[in-house]
Amino acid sequence: MKTKTASSRRWKLSPPMLVVYVVMFLTAIVFLIPLVWMVRTAFIPSEHTTNLLAIDWPTLDNFTRVWQAAPWSTYYINTFIIVGGVLAMQFFTVVLAGYAFARLDFHLKNTLFILFLLQIMIAADVLILPNYKTISALGLSNTLLGAMLPFFASAMGTFLIRQTIKTIPYELEEAAKIDGCSLPRLLLQIYVPLLVPALIAHGTIAASYQWNNFLWNLIVINSVANRPLTVGLAIFAMSYETGAQWSDVSAATFLVAAPLLTLFFVFQKRFVHSFAHSGIK
Amino acid sequence: MQTNIQRIDQANRLKKRRTTWLAWLMLLPSMIILAVFTLYPIGESVYMSLFKNNMSTFVTGPVWVGLQNYVNLFTRDAVFKKAFYNNLIIAAVTIPSSVTLAVAMALFTNKVGRGKSFVRVAYFYPALLPMVAVANIWLFIYTPMYGLLGYIAPTWRLLENVDTVQWALIIMLVWKQAGYVMIFYISGLQGIDQEMYEAAKIDGANSVQAFWHVTWPMLKPTTIYVMIITMTNAYKMVDHLYIMTKGGPDNASNMLLFYVYQKAFDQSNVGVASAVTVVLIVILLLATVVQFYTQDKRTFYA
Amino acid sequence: MKKTFFLLLVCLLLIGLVPFVQAQDVIELDMYFPVSVGGGPDALITALCDEFHQEYPNIKVNPVYAGSYADTRTKVLAAIQAGNTPAIALMFSIDLYQLYSMDVLYDYDSFATDKAGQKWLNGFYDGFMQNSRLNEKTYGIPWQRSTIIMYYNKDMFREAGLDPEMPPTTWAELKDYAQKLTVKDAAGNTTRYGVQVPSDKAGYAYWMLQTFTLTQDGFNIMSPDGTEVFFNDPRTIKGLEFWKSLSDDGCQAPGTPKWSTTVSDFLEQKVAIMYHTTGNLTNVRKNAKFDFGTSRLPADTSYGSPTGGGNFYLFKGVPEEETKAAYTFIQWMTNNPERVAQWSIDTGYVATRPEAYETQRMIDYANDFPSALTARDQLEFAHAEFSVYDQGAVQDILDTAIEAAMTGTKTPEKAMQDAQIAADAILVDYR
Repeated sequence: MKTKTASSRRWKLSPPMLVVYVVMFLTAIVFLIPLVWMVRTAFIPSEHTTNLLAIDWPTLDNFTRVWQAAPWSTYYINTFIIVGGVLAMQFFTVVLAGYAFARLDFHLKNTLFILFLLQIMIAADVLILPNYKTISALGLSNTLLGAMLPFFASAMGTFLIRQTIKTIPYELEEAAKIDGCSLPRLLLQIYVPLLVPALIAHGTIAASYQWNNFLWNLIVINSVANRPLTVGLAIFAMSYETGAQWSDVSAATFLVAAPLLTLFFVFQKRFVHSFAHSGIK
Repeated sequence: MQTNIQRIDQANRLKKRRTTWLAWLMLLPSMIILAVFTLYPIGESVYMSLFKNNMSTFVTGPVWVGLQNYVNLFTRDAVFKKAFYNNLIIAAVTIPSSVTLAVAMALFTNKVGRGKSFVRVAYFYPALLPMVAVANIWLFIYTPMYGLLGYIAPTWRLLENVDTVQWALIIMLVWKQAGYVMIFYISGLQGIDQEMYEAAKIDGANSVQAFWHVTWPMLKPTTIYVMIITMTNAYKMVDHLYIMTKGGPDNASNMLLFYVYQKAFDQSNVGVASAVTVVLIVILLLATVVQFYTQDKRTFYA
Repeated sequence: MKKTFFLLLVCLLLIGLVPFVQAQDVIELDMYFPVSVGGGPDALITALCDEFHQEYPNIKVNPVYAGSYADTRTKVLAAIQAGNTPAIALMFSIDLYQLYSMDVLYDYDSFATDKAGQKWLNGFYDGFMQNSRLNEKTYGIPWQRSTIIMYYNKDMFREAGLDPEMPPTTWAELKDYAQKLTVKDAAGNTTRYGVQVPSDKAGYAYWMLQTFTLTQDGFNIMSPDGTEVFFNDPRTIKGLEFWKSLSDDGCQAPGTPKWSTTVSDFLEQKVAIMYHTTGNLTNVRKNAKFDFGTSRLPADTSYGSPTGGGNFYLFKGVPEEETKAAYTFIQWMTNNPERVAQWSIDTGYVATRPEAYETQRMIDYANDFPSALTARDQLEFAHAEFSVYDQGAVQDILDTAIEAAMTGTKTPEKAMQDAQIAADAILVDYR
């Protein structure tokens, strides 16, 4: 606390602002408590789980036990496939649609634009029942494709690409056209390189969305072989319905949350930038 | 005989016809997905909501009942009413509190010198945790007697009490969401021209006045965007119920989307689940329309 | 930095394009199964399936752990509706009426026509067949079956001056003992509750309610044909009122204590007595750091307890050889007394056949650990678990009503009367 006050003084803070600063720092610490609690419980020997004050060397025992109790590697692979598949398809659909909205003048443009808006408000997550029926009718229930398909288009991504393209000087496109550049080449060679930051921004959001997606996957996926991490975690946590063995549940939670969190801690600025970028209007 | 203007018009129309085909072709992949998984399901929900379609009709097939499912929802279904009301509370509380907290966080991280990245990480990381993971963590925090909170308040049984369960979950939701919202405000703040603050200072404004007369109005587009995100979230985030309460006790924490899940998948009652889905769609549409017509349309047509 | 990040995204893309290939040469059966008790039966089931595969190399049963009993029901129903009917599933015994009304079940009698088959079918405890038979045909084969028993902490009994070998046998004693076992700190906050009977919907509130009706001369809350419920019967209301009074009188936690944490509450010594499934016996035995005992449930006017747990079902609409393979597997699992006994020893579930209790391993085990017999001995007072048509919907109504009563939003009487009306509105379609 002492150092904080000292550094605060350097910013020439009025007393009320000082209070605000202290409060905000405390908020940050409070925000971290759940993470610390989860990590602590995951690594502490399980006999100390419910003893708040216990201090012991961290152990990997909980992880060993948890790793053997469920096919986590399968879950990881499935989540990777879902995230990767959705990203690949979204990049494709979003660049095409974003270009059309940004550069082309066409009939029903406003109508179609509103249809895209609709997807933002009424996300596939809300339409679980009819979409499940559709996926079943297509014979895609209990497949990874079924889990991914509704997310192959993204209105958010389309809007982001559209805006970004609008900031690219049109002269660039005209010059390329004069050189006889076809549309696919134009997109791939002129636009896509310039869209990389926007695609990374969108990719970050879409990837974390898919990584965390639960209810839809719970409904669509039945078999262990196709189960992604979030569903695996939920079902694992339920398997201790009577035991509520918190050391194991925390270790499993850590397994599921760690990859994204680690990426975030390493690429912190990028992440923040990406999320912020996606919202710029 | 044509005037020049007419000729240009005609040329433009021809060009537009050509680009229309091209544009539609480029939009086709997205349109297929949107049509199949957003448009069609809205229609299908409406259609399915007009039938009695549950376990009792499994062998015979769905029976047409008109608007009966809706009548039942609004007159007899106490669970629906609770979920509907709970959802309103969640929207009414989480949206303003997330936004307020997020603005405070954004202003703070923008100003703070030391520990900037620490603070930012602390605020933002919940956004990256899966809701299922969040539910596990908070369930242990809320566990009476020997959970984390149990050490501070051993008599609290927040998740087992109809009066507290909703608030316990709301705190968790705001914790999960505020940092995410903060990010958009950080970027919104960076877009504000510093000269406006200089001008405000010359006019003799203090920092509070500067906030209300410069910062907040300039953040309006961000706020509109954030309102949409938090509004949809208020109706979408239900994963935690699966782990923590199953909507209980006595449906005090149930929400519309989770009720759809229970009706459709736990109880195989497609008719009622569809009707609730339609209600959900109407709420979200109404919210959009209200946003759209009361706010500056610049947000959408930037 | 940007490059690394982009590379990572590209890697994700590549993994996304990896195709999935799987070879098939033997009859493979996916078998959904639930586990709702601790102690890790999922590993045991997998081991049994592997053992079966060794004996029958041309049949491979893949156990698919689907979560709770309700989740398993959801998954199987969804699979049936999507046209992917499984040949076999291990599901809640009480799903019987619902599955029957969907006309998706095979009865076992038409397969077990020979003498050995009949002997197998007739060799299970009657208590367990109550939720397995309908119209004199057998649709479910008992496997992970349980009853509710009372677990109590003997150390705490001694500490409170109670005889650890004399657990409460009546409702009045239960409350009396529970009050003596409740501990408060100096500030008047309860730090230990005398008793806990979990009442949350995520658990099995309706099942626990049955413990308070069946102990009134075996009164059950539904008719045997699964079309009537007796929620507003004075005995149901009386049972619920007694249950609630445990909380009102301060010897049980207020509100709806969770099924999922009740065992850890007991193991953490935060409650002295709990009602829970026998399926947890092995788990409690392994993890209790104190002396504990088990007993039948305290009586009002009689002893009683509902049975519970999972049965094997065979489903119509699959190729004949799959049905045959599934049938072979079910018989292999449930016919051998040694195997049934071992399963009971490993989990705490009640062995489903009397002959299992005559095996040497079971006799040895029971000598060492008499609690293993509590549930079996209670079977003579056991009755069917709550089971009706449209189980999911009706059970939800009852669970909600119990939560409403326990949290005090409605009186027990009002809650049960409302539940009766709501349940009747559903069940009328099946009468």
